[in-house]
Amino acid sequence: MPDLSAAQKQYLFRVRREKYLIHVSRIFLFLGFLLLWEVSARRGWIDSFIFSSPSEIWRTFLRMVQDQSLFTHIGITLMETLVSFVFTVFLGIGTAVLLWCCPKLSRILEPYLVVLNSLPKSALAPLLIVWLGANVRTIIVAGMSVAIFGSVINLYTGFREADPEKLKLIRTLGGTKKDELTKIVLPSSVPLILSVMKVNIGLCLVGVIIGEFIGARQGLGYLIIYGSQTFKLTWVLMSIVILCVIAMGLYAILDFIEKRAQKW
Amino acid sequence: MKPLLEIRNVSLSYHTVSGETKALSNISFDLMPGEFLAVVGPSGCGKSTLLNLICGMFPAEEGTILMNGIPPSPGDPRIGYMLQKDHLLEWRTIYRNILLGLEIRREKTPEKLAYIEEMLDTYGLDKFRTARPSQLSGGMRQRAALIRTLALKPELLLLDEPFSALDYQTRLNVSDDIGRILKKERKTAILVTHDISEAISMADRVIILSARPAHIARIVPIQLSLDERTPLAVRGAPEFKSYFNLIWKELNQYA
Repeated sequence: MPDLSAAQKQYLFRVRREKYLIHVSRIFLFLGFLLLWEVSARRGWIDSFIFSSPSEIWRTFLRMVQDQSLFTHIGITLMETLVSFVFTVFLGIGTAVLLWCCPKLSRILEPYLVVLNSLPKSALAPLLIVWLGANVRTIIVAGMSVAIFGSVINLYTGFREADPEKLKLIRTLGGTKKDELTKIVLPSSVPLILSVMKVNIGLCLVGVIIGEFIGARQGLGYLIIYGSQTFKLTWVLMSIVILCVIAMGLYAILDFIEKRAQKW
Repeated sequence: MKPLLEIRNVSLSYHTVSGETKALSNISFDLMPGEFLAVVGPSGCGKSTLLNLICGMFPAEEGTILMNGIPPSPGDPRIGYMLQKDHLLEWRTIYRNILLGLEIRREKTPEKLAYIEEMLDTYGLDKFRTARPSQLSGGMRQRAALIRTLALKPELLLLDEPFSALDYQTRLNVSDDIGRILKKERKTAILVTHDISEAISMADRVIILSARPAHIARIVPIQLSLDERTPLAVRGAPEFKSYFNLIWKELNQYA
């Protein structure tokens, strides 16, 4: 390492100290919150029947891990989320490509897409249950319904922003619309596709949980509804914590893929 | 000798909902094989439109454009086109960027690949073949874009202000560079530019277009007393200044 001047050393020290401080503060905030919650529950400041407590949640967690029922619920929710995510990605890209290929069709469909996208998708869930039955398929469709319209709109908008001069380059080289798509539009949209995927995974999870609320016998959404109806609020809170972890994990995986893919 | 390109009485209008704009009016000229022609004119007069017509991107409303007796079609393999920027694709290596045209035309023949190898070698891009475009200087990128165009062995090259995105210093060097390469490869070319010195330094003839609707105001043949004609050397030629003044005055009428 080259010799650093005193001022540079001091600057680096300040930068590192700030980074360190932020990390420590985050951890303390989390631990402080847990501690306050636990103490309040034990001292009777809050009603532990409604608000539960971290230790109670932990015990419930261990019990459900031991009898393995928890893994079924987590597994089902994860599977439904991933399946609806994969379908959303393929269907989303496919539809956006179709719209890009037929600008007339996209102009005709535009208002419908906008309406469907702004519609609160949870409103569709009861309908889906009636139409498709209370099964895993319905929940996967519910997951897709939350993510699909937004991703079609975002992808199509991105596709259309491909540099017109680059498209002209393809045409001057004798290329067709298909060459424009495969050589310019899709490769230049890789960052967009990845960022849309990052948003989608979270949205699919939302849709799946909504679906499980109304039409499931298994899954974390079912656990939440069942827990709230039978006043086992520890179950509800535990499920929410697990959902946080799942959401974070899925996001982190896609974030990792995105950073790896953007090497140029 | 027969001309490579014959343009006769070409006119064109733009149509929008708010009305019709006449862009080109009654343009006629010939281009001989091996000739370098520059087209100058006030901005927005329709210089680029003329190139789009010549490469067959869209048909002329009136008049005819013939290249060796056949009208050019969209994406005509006889014509190479260089745009204002190099438009190298960031997600491809330099080599794969150069292959783009051959890929599209499905012409990755051993003969054409060998021609690319030869050009990579001659023009100092050989060691950059696996580099990304962002790792190259503006001049090198422009060279890569030129090789991408030349790889298809076009008979006619259209240059649409290919140096306008470069800073002045690079611009002089790159135009000198590209000028030499085109001379060496014996290419027929049409250069569209708004830079008078660039036009004189590179071209055998300069066509001056009027303001919109553009017609040919004047054709100026550039004749110089130089032993070796390179774009940079021309800028120091004794006749350079008088040509500059002549074209400047003509253009100034439309400013």
